[in-house]
Amino acid sequence: MIRSEILKEIAPILRDQLVVCNIGIPSQELHAIDDQPSNFYMLGTMGLASSIGLGLALSQPKPVIVIDGDGSVLTNLGTLPTIANNVADNYILLIIDNGSYGSTGDQPTYAGRKTSLAKMAEAAGCDRVIECQAKQTGRVLQEALDARQMTIIVSKCESGNAKMPPITMDPVVIRDRFMKAVQA
Amino acid sequence: MNIDEKIADDLIANDISFVTTVPCKQLAGVIDEIDKRDGIYHIPANKEDEGMGLCAGAWMGGKRPAIIMQNTAIGVTINTLATLIQYYRMPLPMLISYRGELREPIACQVEMAVHTKALLAQMNIPTYHFHHQADVAELDAILKYTFMCNKPVAILTDANFWGGYGD
Repeated sequence: MIRSEILKEIAPILRDQLVVCNIGIPSQELHAIDDQPSNFYMLGTMGLASSIGLGLALSQPKPVIVIDGDGSVLTNLGTLPTIANNVADNYILLIIDNGSYGSTGDQPTYAGRKTSLAKMAEAAGCDRVIECQAKQTGRVLQEALDARQMTIIVSKCESGNAKMPPITMDPVVIRDRFMKAVQA
Repeated sequence: MNIDEKIADDLIANDISFVTTVPCKQLAGVIDEIDKRDGIYHIPANKEDEGMGLCAGAWMGGKRPAIIMQNTAIGVTINTLATLIQYYRMPLPMLISYRGELREPIACQVEMAVHTKALLAQMNIPTYHFHHQADVAELDAILKYTFMCNKPVAILTDANFWGGYGD
């Protein structure tokens, strides 16, 4: 399975939740598969999805699901200790780990070689870390929502991208409708 | 007047309840003060761009944020300021220790000090410079201005403002 197939499969779970989605093709894919006002699409700023989601989870009670990638987490590794030490039980970080920088031409990341992001999250102090295979992602994500406990999921999948159009929505519109969904 | 207490009082009076920090010797007192205040969730960040991400999320979650950092962080956060805070039009007060200004003992700090105001000007970021302790009187108005216009706003605080390094 590639990322877009995971997103298609978990779209019914994401639909009713606040979702912060990583820059580039992941946001384009989620936008094309199931655009929702409760999705915050990152149009720039690689690496900060997990941080934005954590700030959001710490500031209001609704569950927050962050869809991140292995390359983006690697670019902001300091996020893992911050997450571990600021526990928000409404926070789920779903790292779709395809071992590559998908948006830039599928160059390999170190997570696809010797580095384990799940072990790094555990070493950072995150209490509930689950590594799974792509096809288990929906079940593991639903279990994390039901557990109401901060969870880091590392979903191992194949490298590759679906061909989706860029998001042309104005960033202030994305942000405004997302904030209305937070307050709803 | 204790400026650390005054700054924390102004943050609370402006309903700022989520503060991320990357430390600086000059900011140690105000960071301690923020840590003591029940009305503020203090979340130390490992890097300033990470801190800005946290602040963006907190604001969308309904809390007013602020970041406390050194001016060297302007070099770290240009992309985040342009493509997150400014692009999505978010308010962010940035209380910045202005290292490398008068009474600075560390020569290397001057190397970023000479770029600080030019970078902020290039980014069209409203910038205020506190040089004397009395300048802190404007903080309340600067915070109100920040949340009125939904922009990042820089408050540069130099060594003279903080009382020097015991020189």
